[in-house]
Amino acid sequence: MIKQISIFMKNEPGRLLKVTKILADSGIDIRALTVAETADFGILRLIVNEPDKAYRVLKEKEIAVVEHDVLGVEVNDRPGGLARIAEILNNEGINIEYMYAFVTKSHEKAYVVLRLDDLEKGKKILEKKGIRLVTTEELSEI
Amino acid sequence: MYWNKEAETLKPDELKRLQGKRLRKLVKYVYDRSALYRNKFKEAGIKPADIKEISDITKLPYTTKQDLRDNYPFNMFCVPMEEIVRIHASSGTTGKPTVVGYTRNDIDMWTEAMARTIVAPGGSKKDILHNAYGYGLFTGGLGFHYGGERVGCAVIPVSGGNTKRQLLLLKDFGGTILSCTPSYSIYLAEAAVNEGMDPKEDFKLRVGIFGAEPWSNAMRKRIEDALDIKATDVYGLSEICGPGVAQECEEQAGAHIWSDHFYPEVIDPNTGEQVGEGEQGELVFTTLTKEGIPLIRYRTRDLTVLDHEKCACGRYHPRMLRIRGRSDDMLIIRGVNVFPSQIEHVLMKFSDFAAHYLLVLGKKGPLDTLTVKAEVTPEVISDKVKDMMKLKAALKSELEQALGISIDVELVEPGTIPRSEGKAVRIKDERGDL
Ligand SMILES: [Zn+2]
Repeated sequence: MIKQISIFMKNEPGRLLKVTKILADSGIDIRALTVAETADFGILRLIVNEPDKAYRVLKEKEIAVVEHDVLGVEVNDRPGGLARIAEILNNEGINIEYMYAFVTKSHEKAYVVLRLDDLEKGKKILEKKGIRLVTTEELSEI
Repeated sequence: MYWNKEAETLKPDELKRLQGKRLRKLVKYVYDRSALYRNKFKEAGIKPADIKEISDITKLPYTTKQDLRDNYPFNMFCVPMEEIVRIHASSGTTGKPTVVGYTRNDIDMWTEAMARTIVAPGGSKKDILHNAYGYGLFTGGLGFHYGGERVGCAVIPVSGGNTKRQLLLLKDFGGTILSCTPSYSIYLAEAAVNEGMDPKEDFKLRVGIFGAEPWSNAMRKRIEDALDIKATDVYGLSEICGPGVAQECEEQAGAHIWSDHFYPEVIDPNTGEQVGEGEQGELVFTTLTKEGIPLIRYRTRDLTVLDHEKCACGRYHPRMLRIRGRSDDMLIIRGVNVFPSQIEHVLMKFSDFAAHYLLVLGKKGPLDTLTVKAEVTPEVISDKVKDMMKLKAALKSELEQALGISIDVELVEPGTIPRSEGKAVRIKDERGDL
């Protein structure tokens, strides 16, 4: 399992900049970033090399931040890799709340972040089916 | 607890007799001394001799804020300046301030009313009064100051603002009574937590006396939980004297109007007729004992309901239910009357929202729009849009049900609605062409 940092913020460009600057100033690297937008607010989701530290520095700056567990799955570039994961989860009645993909700097590997309604169950079934889940430690090193 | 047991526990007939006596004297006093009142009485065909008992008050004409403005600054004073010992003024949001002059007796009467006000919710000379109302032309600071001294409290004249110092003094001096606006009390609690304090443990507060802005019962609950105090409502307006016109007792069941000094009526603001007992209307005061600038049937523009039943505390002084707001504060949205306090009441029922909000008035074509900007608490932040949208929808639906109009809700980040150290700014009007 990996940790995701989520930030509730007003939907305006300056806000995103502010958050990324706080992280950069604290020497935290962003591995993946996605924003879910609505008309008035956005939720910024981040995968970083040091999630606990990121949470702490953001909280200190009074940013509305929460930390959650999500699943990180390495997907090889073989076609159908992601479809298989979706199928496994679907067969078990586990819903994907949202997901997003990112690649390593060297573009060697692709990862998918999965937010599931039943994280523990999803984790077990994916592991049982031989899908490898990445850890925060691994992501710190990429 | 009583400050002046005799005056505070007068029976209804004793009160009426005293009020009648004082009104007779007052009418003669202003007739002799004020050209404005003399002319008003003549226009209404009234002579002082026509006023025999308190019920005759309905024969008298009203006084309005406009009268005070027209006679700015001192023309409504009924005594020469040598008799005046203090002048206060309320900041006019539009135009000139309203000026009030006090004789020595006026200050004494106001201080008496303030002493009753501090004792009614449980204050005594053993208390330390942390007075965070602003000192200056505004009546809040000095009103509480002298009332507190008369009771024998140790008064800390901290005044408004400088929140860090307020927190330090609350912790180190151990104030037991806090007087300020309700919105500032919740801000102090929040700021204390941000400073790493626990207001319930680190402060010795037990009673709050809050006023100068309308607040809801739900807000009361929020303040009481945050500070571990009994939060009570004080009412007043500078034209009448300042704070201390009415105050809640320990029953917290409406503020007792000290009606041996301030005679209240509730009228229909449109017709000027008195409304029936238990009906809402505009609160009107006659200052029965003032000398400097006595006001007869002064229209406050505050809307309330009076309750003349005996209170469990033993007082018959009528209680005013929490004001929904000044009629000036009332918003008219697409023809429907909306009070900010109604919105606050709904918001505070959700534990998901902070006690800070902003109402934005706008226009969509010819139609007025109302957007409620509600600040979420850090605890409800979710990474899922769905969760936040659900919260937003729940608030919107509760508000629309309470107000009877459709509105917009905007969720905003914790800590982003501007905090005020005095009266909270809750309304932003972006309609422009008014
Ligand atoms: Zn009472």
